[in-house]
Amino acid sequence: MSAVVGARPVRRRRLSTTAIVFIVLAAVLVLSAVLVTAAGKPFFTAGNLAAVLTLMSILGFVAIGQTLVIIAGSLDLSVPYVVSTASIIGAGVMAQGPAGIVPGVLAALAVSAGIGAVNGLIVTGLRVHGFIATLGVGLIISGWLGTSFQGSFGSAPPEFRVIGATLIAGVPLSTIIMLACAALAALLLHRTRLGHHLYAVGGSASVARLSGVRTKVPVVVAHALCSMLAGLAGLLLLARTSVGSPTIGSQGGYDLMSIAAVVLGGTLLAGGVGSVLGTIGGVAIFAVLDNVMSVLEVNPFLKDFIRGSVIVLAVALYAWRSVQRRPPRFRPGKEAAP
Amino acid sequence: MIATAQRSLGQRFLSGLATPSGAVFVLLVVLLIGVIAMNPNFAEPGQLVRFLSRTAPIAIAAIGQFFVIVSGEFDLSMGAVIATQVVIAGNVIGQDEAMILRGIALMLAVGVVVGVVNGLLTTVAKVPSFIATLGMMLALYGFVRFLTGGAATGNPVDSFREIGRGALFGVVPYPVLILLAVGLLAWLVMRAPFGQTLLAVGDNPVTARLAGTRLVLVKTSAFVLSSLAATVAGILLVGYAGVHPSVGQGYEFQAITAVVLGGAVLGGGRGWVLSAAAGAISLELLFTLLNIAGIDATWRPTVQGAIIIAAVALGAVAWRSARKPKPSRPAGATGPAGTASIPTTTTRSGER
Amino acid sequence: MMRKRRMGLTVAALAAATMLAACSTDGSVSPSATGDASAPPPAETQASGGEWFDQAVFDEQFEQRSATFEGDPETPWLQYIDGPMTDTAEWASDEPMRVCFANASISNPWRQTGFITMQQQLAALQESGVIESMEVRDAGDDDNTQIADIDFFIAQGDCDVYIISPNSTAALTPAVDRACETGKPVIVFDRGVDTDCATTFIHPIGGYAWGIDTAEFLIDNLEPGSNIVALRILPGVDVLEHRWAAAERLLTEAGMTVDDHFTGADPTEIKSIITDALSAGEVHGVWMDAGDGAVAAIEAFEDAGAELPVMTGEDEMSFLRAWDERGMTALAPVYSNFQWRTPLLAVEMIANGEPVPTEWVLPQEPIEEDERADALAANEGMPDGHYARFGGEDLPGFPEAWQDR
Repeated sequence: MSAVVGARPVRRRRLSTTAIVFIVLAAVLVLSAVLVTAAGKPFFTAGNLAAVLTLMSILGFVAIGQTLVIIAGSLDLSVPYVVSTASIIGAGVMAQGPAGIVPGVLAALAVSAGIGAVNGLIVTGLRVHGFIATLGVGLIISGWLGTSFQGSFGSAPPEFRVIGATLIAGVPLSTIIMLACAALAALLLHRTRLGHHLYAVGGSASVARLSGVRTKVPVVVAHALCSMLAGLAGLLLLARTSVGSPTIGSQGGYDLMSIAAVVLGGTLLAGGVGSVLGTIGGVAIFAVLDNVMSVLEVNPFLKDFIRGSVIVLAVALYAWRSVQRRPPRFRPGKEAAP
Repeated sequence: MIATAQRSLGQRFLSGLATPSGAVFVLLVVLLIGVIAMNPNFAEPGQLVRFLSRTAPIAIAAIGQFFVIVSGEFDLSMGAVIATQVVIAGNVIGQDEAMILRGIALMLAVGVVVGVVNGLLTTVAKVPSFIATLGMMLALYGFVRFLTGGAATGNPVDSFREIGRGALFGVVPYPVLILLAVGLLAWLVMRAPFGQTLLAVGDNPVTARLAGTRLVLVKTSAFVLSSLAATVAGILLVGYAGVHPSVGQGYEFQAITAVVLGGAVLGGGRGWVLSAAAGAISLELLFTLLNIAGIDATWRPTVQGAIIIAAVALGAVAWRSARKPKPSRPAGATGPAGTASIPTTTTRSGER
Repeated sequence: MMRKRRMGLTVAALAAATMLAACSTDGSVSPSATGDASAPPPAETQASGGEWFDQAVFDEQFEQRSATFEGDPETPWLQYIDGPMTDTAEWASDEPMRVCFANASISNPWRQTGFITMQQQLAALQESGVIESMEVRDAGDDDNTQIADIDFFIAQGDCDVYIISPNSTAALTPAVDRACETGKPVIVFDRGVDTDCATTFIHPIGGYAWGIDTAEFLIDNLEPGSNIVALRILPGVDVLEHRWAAAERLLTEAGMTVDDHFTGADPTEIKSIITDALSAGEVHGVWMDAGDGAVAAIEAFEDAGAELPVMTGEDEMSFLRAWDERGMTALAPVYSNFQWRTPLLAVEMIANGEPVPTEWVLPQEPIEEDERADALAANEGMPDGHYARFGGEDLPGFPEAWQDR
């Protein structure tokens, strides 16, 4: 009961942060369009928008899952290896042909969910901090990947690869699937008991527990869902590359980038506050930024410098706003002590 | 915390071993015995000292990371600071001996600036340290590589590299001496009022603030100590290994792992600084053991991951059992739900 | 064995399948393209688990090491082994060309050196009016980004010629196929792809040749039964795996004891590995799949007071200098860095309508001890991360462009 009450003031602030996220996104878009046009290149072309949306979709899947885990007060550093594992398993099963598509997808998602559940159980059952638990599980998987697969593995039939290459009204199918997942995750968070429990547990586990919430279940479920979404990202990468790859996840740096995107989307790293919509905004900011730097042929090293600066500035902006709004309170922005 | 409690030495020793911060020393001895059993040569004093010498950089980094973690924060920019310092050493000092002192001064200044920026971003701008230092990591890596086109021109002059490569009277490697000095300093810092305040801030920032602690100053100092430690590690590494853009990469995760292995609790408030160094040495011993055991290079991350989880899980149990007979702890309300994960918080509030 | 045989059988089918498949997965097509997706299922492209060794390719590269190269030895970046040529008459043009270059990354010194050479070559060809501009997209070592980069170039429709330096072999194959379908010339260099649709695929002889040269050197200079530590950067990259696959085969056959490690090219890691190996026993030889970090390996021997090993590194200046200063028994194999010039020179040939080799195999000659002094003198003042066989001495920006990075 009190978990729901506790979530209420939280929700008001969440909406406003999400609004800022999209204001920042709009600013980034306008600035990008100006810069690109000034450089004498087109920005709002179909090809370029498809490129931005495609870049969004992979990080999007991972970041949606990461949002759930972070709201629950944990975090997941194992996602890159789950992405690779899903691409390998999917490709291995699908190598037999179109008949392998459905089993391949199911197998990849099942294994991913299993890894997530293990993450969750280590965090809740063994009481290991999410940082260490998922770092460790990530290392365990990476050892297996590195030993068993030294190069690409399996293949995806053309029927499956279509997913990675199809556009519907100029929007990549992969982006549509990603947005559908985002909608489902938002429904889960806002319309189900489990979603409310996630916020409650992430806000304050002790209060949640005193209010009769079983604190372990939501965390395990969040981890399982996070890994499943990472698995989806791996399957989408499989559709794009046509082969399973043991390094495709670490190539994208999806662990730290997804956490950064989630926070860029206004979710509190401390847990208990956040929204999937904001995360999509955060992912979009990254995608537009990366795209405009590619179009302008920014030095690859300077790209990292700009990424890092934008992350910090944007998050400082949110934090500054939420501090401004609550001057008389003792709670500093990040310590969500009840 | 445990070590600083006012009890007799013997009691402190025994009950200390039962905590994760003490248990890491047991782990260290067990691993050392394992390594020596598999490779008796390792027991020679020369070999042992050389081993300690090469673990000095990560142990020093872990000590620096400890200050940040115990205050309830993370420092992910450590590896990037090391890489930056290595490149500065290569490009600023270069082959000019006259530049050594100025080079070191510049490196220390860069270290302080990075720490201050990290600290202010975290405390004043209220950016979670995970994100602030992640941004710093990206920005530093990117900026340094942009300026240098990806790599430094070459190794700095040998006399500078002696700091990380040479030995006093040809017997005791300088890195070992520097590690001992840093360890001693860190121990003194943690015993001083500042150290106690740092623990209090990590344990419960709300009460610490109510008690009049200046959070901005305390936490920023922790970040400065961390990037100064990274700077010292960088100076040692450029001596030990030379200039390369990959030097220091991954040190942030290694250092955090070492600190946690040393029994410190992510989220702050608990841990012993020298256990962090012991955690780092244990980690290196583990790698050496895997290496000597001839385990396929590709399987090493798996073993590492499993051991980290196991050690921390056991540590969680040990903290709980070690703390049970001491109900006299000041009731400090709920711990920082901040960066701590749910289970940790649950445990703590459950106990109190 | 089973898998290898099946692989061999399906290689041809695979090539056909990927071509067909590419038709239905064009990034710009509508969903109706699913119609012709009834292509036969492609099979595994590459085996997993240490099956990088391919006897046929090994034999081929073994021969190529002593092959005759067409063209002037003074300009090795234009030399090639005689073979099938691609006719380029249809692309001949007097207009300056707009080049689109999808680069895997510039994340290591070898690629950084090569990219500088390429930019200098570009400046020269812009000067002579062959090339108008080169748009570069850097994928930051990520397959997915590079696929998006190539698809963007295609969608933009603004490229007269594509140059692709693939991040990985199998994953980039569909995207390279899509670039080929535009009808424009496609130039692939360095790492390859599993399709032969490209106008020309430019590469030095290859990883097996590296492995053979280095292994033979170690076998010639060491007794059978010697301990050799192999330092490898990372698993799973074909050009590196082939080096080790060949070397491991030969060294093991010659009765050497080999122990291989992955280092990530981190000198700290390299030094620790060698130090551990030395504490466990003697090390007589060091084999590297890239010279980056070689100095740390040498210093590990010095710090441990051990005798310097027989060693193979690379033509990176740091290694050549260390080798020279210490007078070791060593060999500097070369993965010809000058290949970064060749793609743009191929663009010039295509603009002229001249035929280009379909598979353009460039010379790849290791630097032996008697050539070391010349290599050092020719590259004096270059940074440690520079590669001796960079082949840019006659370009306008020499030497400043390579010195000031």
